[in-house]
Amino acid sequence: MIDFGYGISPSSAINLDKFDRTRFEELAREEPDVLKCMACGSCAASCPTAGHSDMNLRRVILLLGRGREDEVLRMVSHCMLCGKCLIVCPRGINTRHLILSVTKIYQKK
Amino acid sequence: MKDRFISGYNDFVLPFVIGMSFILIYLVIGIIRVIIQLPAADRKKFFLSLINPKLWVINLKDIICDVLLHTKIWKRKPLLGYMHSSIAFGWFMLIVLGHIETWLFVPDRLSTFYYPVFFRFFVMETDHTLKGSFFFFLMDFFLLVVLSGVFLAMFKRIRSMMFGMRRTTRNQIPDRLAMYCLWAIFPVRLLAESFTAGIAGGSFLTRPMYWLFSNFLTNTYHILPTWWAYSTLLGTFFVLLPFTRYMHIPTEAFLIVLRNAGIKVSHPRKGYSIAQIYSCSNCGMCIDACPMMGQKKNLRFATVYFNRLLRRRNWARCEESADKCLMCGKCVAVCPVGVDSCNIKRSLRGLRAAPAPADYSYFTSYSLPEGVENSQEKVLYYAGCMTQLTPVISKAVAAVLDHAGVDWSFMDRDGGICCGRPLILAGRDERAQEMIRRNTELIRQSGATTLLLSCPICYKVFRENYDLKGIRIVHYTEYFDELVRLGRITLRNSGEKIVYHDPCELGRGCKVYRQPRRVLSAAGELVEAEKHHDESICCGGSLGSLTLSYEDRKDITLKALDNLMYASPERIVTACPLCLKTFSPYSPRKVSDFAEVVAQNMN
Repeated sequence: MIDFGYGISPSSAINLDKFDRTRFEELAREEPDVLKCMACGSCAASCPTAGHSDMNLRRVILLLGRGREDEVLRMVSHCMLCGKCLIVCPRGINTRHLILSVTKIYQKK
Repeated sequence: MKDRFISGYNDFVLPFVIGMSFILIYLVIGIIRVIIQLPAADRKKFFLSLINPKLWVINLKDIICDVLLHTKIWKRKPLLGYMHSSIAFGWFMLIVLGHIETWLFVPDRLSTFYYPVFFRFFVMETDHTLKGSFFFFLMDFFLLVVLSGVFLAMFKRIRSMMFGMRRTTRNQIPDRLAMYCLWAIFPVRLLAESFTAGIAGGSFLTRPMYWLFSNFLTNTYHILPTWWAYSTLLGTFFVLLPFTRYMHIPTEAFLIVLRNAGIKVSHPRKGYSIAQIYSCSNCGMCIDACPMMGQKKNLRFATVYFNRLLRRRNWARCEESADKCLMCGKCVAVCPVGVDSCNIKRSLRGLRAAPAPADYSYFTSYSLPEGVENSQEKVLYYAGCMTQLTPVISKAVAAVLDHAGVDWSFMDRDGGICCGRPLILAGRDERAQEMIRRNTELIRQSGATTLLLSCPICYKVFRENYDLKGIRIVHYTEYFDELVRLGRITLRNSGEKIVYHDPCELGRGCKVYRQPRRVLSAAGELVEAEKHHDESICCGGSLGSLTLSYEDRKDITLKALDNLMYASPERIVTACPLCLKTFSPYSPRKVSDFAEVVAQNMN
C-alpha cells in the first residue's frame, strides 16, 4: 500500500460486507425506531445497571448494526426493563420494546 | 285457579325445553372445565370457600347487588343502571313469581321445569281469587318493568349519548341475533299472556290488551301461535347464548363466587380467566374509560374487544392489544362486572413472551451506602429508578424528613436495583423474582422498620410481591400525612389553587386517595379535576404499555392535562415521578411533586 503519510487506523475500520445484517433488517422492520437513534448516550447514562454491568443501550444499537450479536445478547440479558431510557430518550424511541424485540429476534437460532 | 289440560303439556314448549337443556348442559360442562383448569391451590381455595358460611353471605350480597340490581352502574349512570337492572331484576322476578304461582296453585306441576314459564297457558281461572289478582298484578308489573328496560335498550342502540355513553360496542352477528331475540321475548310474552287473559286471567296490562284485541281479532286463534313464538324465541336465545355477549347472564354469578374465594388470574385463557372473559357483558363502558380512545385508530384495542378476541382465541390480535395496554386499570375500575382484564393481559404477555435468558449475577455488586448498614435507623427511603430521574423529589423528601426530625437513611443514594414492577407489568414475573430477592436482602440488612417509597410503581410491588414481614411499607403521601397529623411538620396555607392528579398505581392500584388530598388542602386551595379518584386519567407515561408510540403517549398526556385544567388550577400536583416527568413538558401550568409542595409550605 502506498504510504500517504496518513491512513485509516485498522482497529476502527468496519467492513460492513463482513456482517450478516439480515437480522438487523428484520429488527428494523419490526422496530423502525432503532434507525432513529443518534447515539447520544442518554440511555446509557441513566441506566441503573451502569457501573455494575456492561449493559449499554447505545452500544447495543451500535453493535447490532455491526452484527456483533453474541455481545448484544449478553448485554441485554442484564436489562431490568425499568424504562428509564425510554423516558430520557430525546428521539422518543420505545427502548423497552426495542430490547424485548432484540431478545426475541436474536434469540432465534 | 286450576289445570286446563290433563297432560299439562303442549308441543310448543319443545323449543324452550331444547334451548334450556342445551344451555344447562353447556354451563355444567363449562363450570367443570373451569374448576379442572384451576391450579391445585386455587381449586382448594374454591372448595374451601363453598363451606365458609361468611363467604356465602358475601356471595349472596354481591350476586344480588351486581347481577340483579347492577348497583355499580346505578352509581355511575342512573339511567343506564335502570336499563340493566329493570331487565335483569324484572326477568328474575318473573321467573320467581312463575314458580311461586305454580307452587301455590298447581303444586304437582312444579316438577316439570317448563310449566312455571308458560304458567298462564296451562291454567284457567276458576274465580277471582284475591291471591290470584295479587300475583297477576305483580306479574304484569314486572313485565312492564322489563318492557321499559327493553325499550330503553332499543333506544340506546340509536342514541347511546343519552345514557352517558359516547361509544358503545360494535355488535357482531351472533350478538345481534341474540339481542333481537331478547328484545322480542318480552313483547311477545305480553301478547301471549294477553290472548290467554280471558281464560287464565290478567291484570292491569294483560286484561285491557285482551279486551282491545277481542274487538278486532279472534283471541282464541292467536293463542297457540304467540305461545309458539314466545317459546321459540326463548329457545333460540338460549342456544345462541354461549356464542354471544349474553353469556354473562349465567356466568357472572360463578365469577363472583370464584373472585370471593380469592382466586387470581394465572393463565390468560384457562380456569379463572374463562369465567372472567365470558362474564364480560360487552357493555362498552371500558371504551369511554380507556385513555387511548382519544384516537379513533386505537378503538380496536379497547378491553371489550380484547375479551371478545380472547374468547375466540385470536392470539395474534390479543397479543397486539395486550402489549398496547397502559395497565392504568381504569377499565377494571369502571367495569360493572369487575373483569380483571389488566391481569389477564399481563399473564398473556408472559405466556407469549419470547424466552429471554436473564443474567442478574451482577446484583451482588449493589450494596447499601456507607453508614446505613447495622445502624439503628428506623426509616429506609428507597427512591427507585424513576425518582432517580427526578432528583427534585428525593431532595424534597429529604428536606421534609430532616425538618420533621425523622431518623432516616437513603437506600439507593448511589444507585439501586429496580423494584421489579416494570418486569412484572411486562409479564416477566420470574425475572422480577431476582430483583425482589436482592432488594429484600438489602432491606433486611439495613435493619429498618419502615420502608418509605416515593414512587407508586415501586409501592405497589413492595406491597404485593415482596415478603417484608415486620417492616412497614409506606408511600410518602401516607407518611407525610401522618407527620402532619402528629404535628411533626406544620404547613402554612399558601392559598394557591392546586389540583391533585391521582397516579394510576397509587390510586386505582393501592387505593390511596385520602392522604395526599388531606395534606394538600392544608398547603393550598385544593380543587378537583373533572375526572378524579377511581376515574382519573393516566398521564400517558405508564410503563405498562410495551408498544404505545411516543406520539400516542403525547396525545394521552394532553388529554389528561385537559382533564386536570378543568377547575383552572394554578398548579398541578402529582405524587408519582413518572407523571411529573410526563406532564412537565406539555403542561400549561407548573407541575410539582407532592413532596415539593410539602417542602415549600413547611413552617
